[in-house]
Amino acid sequence: MSTELKSGQPLIEVRHLKQYFNINTGFFKSTPLKAVDDISFTIREGETLGLVGESGCGKTTAGRTILHLYQPTAGEIIYRGKSIKTPKDVEEFRTKATMVFQDPYSSLDPRMTVADIIGEPLDVHHMYKSQEERRQKILELMDHVGLNSEHAARYAHEFSGGQRQRVGIARALAVDPDFIVCDEPVSALDVSIQAQVINMFDELQDQMGLTYLFIAHDLLVVRHISDRIAVMYLGRMVELADADEIYNRPLHPYTKALISAVPVPDPNVARANKRIALTGEIPSPLNAPPGCPFHTRCPYAKPMCSESMPPFKEVEKGRFVACHRTEEINS
Amino acid sequence: MALLEVKDLHTSFFTDAGEVRAVNGVSFNLERGKILGIVGESGSGKSVTAYSIMQILAGTGKIVSGSIKLDGQELVGAGENVMKDVRGNKISIIFQDPMTSLNPTYTIGQQLMEAILLHTDRNKQQSWDRAVEMLRLVNVNEPEKRMKQYPHEFSGGMRQRVMIAMALACEPDILIADEPTTALDVTIQAGILELMKDIQKQIGMAIIMITHDLGVVAQLCDEVIVMYAGGICEQGTAEEIFYNPCHEYTKGLLRSIPTVDDSGEKLQPISGTPIDLLNMPKGCPFAPRCDNAMKICMRARCERMEINDKHAAACWMNVRKAVKGE
Repeated sequence: MSTELKSGQPLIEVRHLKQYFNINTGFFKSTPLKAVDDISFTIREGETLGLVGESGCGKTTAGRTILHLYQPTAGEIIYRGKSIKTPKDVEEFRTKATMVFQDPYSSLDPRMTVADIIGEPLDVHHMYKSQEERRQKILELMDHVGLNSEHAARYAHEFSGGQRQRVGIARALAVDPDFIVCDEPVSALDVSIQAQVINMFDELQDQMGLTYLFIAHDLLVVRHISDRIAVMYLGRMVELADADEIYNRPLHPYTKALISAVPVPDPNVARANKRIALTGEIPSPLNAPPGCPFHTRCPYAKPMCSESMPPFKEVEKGRFVACHRTEEINS
Repeated sequence: MALLEVKDLHTSFFTDAGEVRAVNGVSFNLERGKILGIVGESGSGKSVTAYSIMQILAGTGKIVSGSIKLDGQELVGAGENVMKDVRGNKISIIFQDPMTSLNPTYTIGQQLMEAILLHTDRNKQQSWDRAVEMLRLVNVNEPEKRMKQYPHEFSGGMRQRVMIAMALACEPDILIADEPTTALDVTIQAGILELMKDIQKQIGMAIIMITHDLGVVAQLCDEVIVMYAGGICEQGTAEEIFYNPCHEYTKGLLRSIPTVDDSGEKLQPISGTPIDLLNMPKGCPFAPRCDNAMKICMRARCERMEINDKHAAACWMNVRKAVKGE
């Protein structure tokens, strides 16, 4: 997948996106929780951008804010050159951009049949003329994701985890989108089922020319499916590069630690691996440290790291890093 | 004599829908100071095997037959008094979710001291000292201050460290870790796994590591058991399992995960869906999903066969190989 960079047009441009949630921290007092703090990137048509990071880093919030499931605090999302601003823009955008959720158990309504779950986006966006057309579309979608059309009248609880995730994917495909945010779509599935779903994402992309934002924490899976990978830490983006590049030659100290911690399914490699130990815990996003958010745990931190936020800049072609000491520590 | 000998263990849950054979003829030995990994998908019986050893099965679960010997002492049918002495003292267990396995209404110190007071002759002061020593062992900063705090003041990784400290406080011979890092982030997971390995080297206990993550197994385990539908498919040293898999299920699992030198080729998934334990097929339980299934696989379960002195598997393909001389 990731051997050559796909050179399509920019499909989604994210510019200085911020998402703050106000948290009550006292009587009549609230503090903004900076879940996503000033991230910018571009997703090109037909590519898969992987978004990784640990829990609480803001990757899910970023995905949801891009789809305007949350109203962004600041920044803009540009789809095919057009900024999404008014409610009408948002509604139109949602017929082109959809989402697959992490938990196939709680993201499907237990009181709806599979046909109705898949058909709901069609109802919402008035995308059929007759009931017959609606039925045809639903059966087509089920066929696309490898579900037996006889199962259309069944309820979600009658399916296994892998099959439920297929229902979730069929629902995301219903409006014929060209961009899908996949939020940890395989992490709730068994290992033997994960590969089936990953391959299906690959095949659907080839058939329908889809663009994915693939959010996950399993680095080996993300690297397999993605063309490029972005790494987030505490609401900020710290590195963005080609998938193989980032895996084989991480530049940011946090990415280095993250990749060294991946449990590799190969005993000889795993035992020879030198892990970069991180001290301490991830700081609370309510109380983020000044300067570089990673300086409290960074083995390379210098006084300047706690003073100013390093810019997210292009250090090589197509490769962005937010670290004051990128050149020094990688030479 | 092995430290722990499990022989032909059968554990069932008697539900309204019928008998669910969660563990179906599991046998293995665990030597002192070794790390044994048990891998399998949900419903493969890996956790129930552990709970059977500890005899902490929920409601309708029951050990139907088989034998579990700890240091030569039979535990099946030994009675609650014997088990009370075994649990937490000779065999300890840590669970997957560190958020729910600690009591939110007691301090960390009280919870750590409980096991020590119960199983050893130490008085309160000595137990306190021991608990502080254990927290230091698992790299918790400022242990004296932490002793007086409640679980909600700890992060997930820290809570799992407390669970490990608690499990190790009475110097058990065996530590059972049931998916101890599944709920944690990778960098935190790496720290916990390293810690477990270090402590294991220091105290020399044996660990049974239950996980679905083949990466964790590769990093930590000396020996590996692969389970499917309540039975053991294959067991052997980690090297044998990863580099010379001899059961079609193990082969399928290894093919279906992305590797280190990912070349972008398609993953090869295992087809079909996990087995329904209420309707077990007559032959090999994996046969309905196996691409190489033969007629005999549908008819009869394959017995465990030795591949070499470090490796055994229960797959008819090995018989075919032997007969055809492949």
